[in-house]
Amino acid sequence: MKQSTLIWTILMVAGGGFLLFQTIDKKSGRVYVRDVPVEAKSSVEGAEQAVEWTKEQVVPEAEKDQPGVRLGLSRTIGLWVAAFCTLAIFSFLYGDNPVYKFTESVFVGVSAGYAMVVAFWSEIIPNLFGKLFPVEAKDIFFLDIKDNEMNANLWYLIPLTMSVLLLLRLSPKGSWLARWPLAFFIGATAGIRLISYLEADFVGQLQNTIMPFVVFGADGSWQIVESLKNTIIIVGVVSCMVYFFFSIEHEGFVKYVSRLGVWFLMVTFGASFAYTVMGRIALLSGRLDFLFHNWLGIGL
Amino acid sequence: MLQFLQNLDRRWIFLLMLFAVAIPLIMGTTFPEKPSDQVMSVFHAVDDLPDGSNIFIALDYDPASEGELQPMASAFTRHCALKKHNIYFMTLWPQGVPMIQRSVDILENEFPDTYKGKYGTKYVNLGFRTGNEGVIKLVVEDLKKTYSTDINSTSLDNLPLTKNLKNIQQVDLLVNVSAGYPGSKEWVLYGSAPFDIPTVVGCTGVQAPIMLPYIPKQLIGMIAAIKGAAEYEQAIINAYPQLENNPAAKEGLKRMGPQLVAHVLLIGLIVLGNVIYFWERKLGLYR
Repeated sequence: MKQSTLIWTILMVAGGGFLLFQTIDKKSGRVYVRDVPVEAKSSVEGAEQAVEWTKEQVVPEAEKDQPGVRLGLSRTIGLWVAAFCTLAIFSFLYGDNPVYKFTESVFVGVSAGYAMVVAFWSEIIPNLFGKLFPVEAKDIFFLDIKDNEMNANLWYLIPLTMSVLLLLRLSPKGSWLARWPLAFFIGATAGIRLISYLEADFVGQLQNTIMPFVVFGADGSWQIVESLKNTIIIVGVVSCMVYFFFSIEHEGFVKYVSRLGVWFLMVTFGASFAYTVMGRIALLSGRLDFLFHNWLGIGL
Repeated sequence: MLQFLQNLDRRWIFLLMLFAVAIPLIMGTTFPEKPSDQVMSVFHAVDDLPDGSNIFIALDYDPASEGELQPMASAFTRHCALKKHNIYFMTLWPQGVPMIQRSVDILENEFPDTYKGKYGTKYVNLGFRTGNEGVIKLVVEDLKKTYSTDINSTSLDNLPLTKNLKNIQQVDLLVNVSAGYPGSKEWVLYGSAPFDIPTVVGCTGVQAPIMLPYIPKQLIGMIAAIKGAAEYEQAIINAYPQLENNPAAKEGLKRMGPQLVAHVLLIGLIVLGNVIYFWERKLGLYR
């Protein structure tokens, strides 16, 4: 047996044993729930409709002996599946393996499927079906449609047609028809973005950079820190712009300014990288927090 | 020794990082946080509003960024709840719907006197709409053009909180917690900048440098990454000591312990890498 295989076998067995011990002895990896009544009254003024049902509320483990609290089997299974998926994704750090590939595919598939279902029920049903067939939508999907909107709005046939044309991209013969809605979307998006970028990013940022080198307070005193901040921003912006200005040769004075710009850029990239590292560690601690506290019950 | 360091398997580094994050997490190590000026400007943006103001909270992230963003989304929710603000939730991310539900659970379970059973009068969940920046453009001009119903398919005209709300220019503060596109940048470009809507954002570390230029003219303030979340939690606890005994209100603070140890490890590894480089140079390996 290879040395690495032996080490991993020992680690796996030890990990499995620890899990078994935690589960039996400390009863971790279990989710406790209680049924709570829910009452929903119609928000329409004057209506007397009220619907009642119960929903499961997750309770802390400390309250598991209280009356009405029981083991939530489906949630417990979900907890174990989530823990398994987390460990499977972490296993990529040791090396690519089938468990990681399987879990990755499940994540991608579930995310796409979930997004599709949410979009269908929150977009297609109320905003398309509800507008084109309001009477049927009210009866079938219980949509809260106002009386003055019970007539079909035929303008919504245009987005429906364009959506169908988009799907024709999958057809070998009719794929050219998909270019029309695509052209509309690209044009509309470009138009929307152009104005906002000009206003907020271009003009707005120009305005934000027009600032005094020397700042005086309300009492006429010289604000050294504020003045230094402004000077750094102005010098930084100008030197970075000089670095990206290629119409003149970077020689002499221009060379020194552009080199200063490179230093400013390096500091910016360094800050970006540091923030990224912080983000990745936060994600790791988030998952480990789930494994230790929610799943294994350590440190509770 | 040099050969050992040159050939060190990267998996040992991963293992070291695992210990660096796991041990402080298990031990519950936390460090004191002093809220920065930038975080305090976000705090005051929420806190200085009169009780019962209208706050629009857009949670544009998914479970992949939950570790970083959930603490700040929860902190925003708790802070608004302490001020008894009216809250409108929405998301531009399909996977953001369960993230909103977490905030709703905080309102219902931790602040039952103000929010339990007050759906439609104290808070509303508008849910998800597809269309990215197109949705932002519509909600700032005419909310009901894109959101005719809430997440439960109830007409907005039938909810007291939204009945007279024409668009989100009427709200007192726009709060966005985002993990990317569409997110904070789009809210600034299409929401706060053209219409001068008071806006604060919470974003991932990756987004933070992109958002910095918008402060303070186009954004009141920003909570950046888990460090910002921890500082914001500390600022809320300082102002509202009743949260001191709520462990859920210290998620960000709890995650700063692992951050510190992991950063020390990283700095040590960077120094070690440089030592190896100069050692190799001294031995003439780069000539």
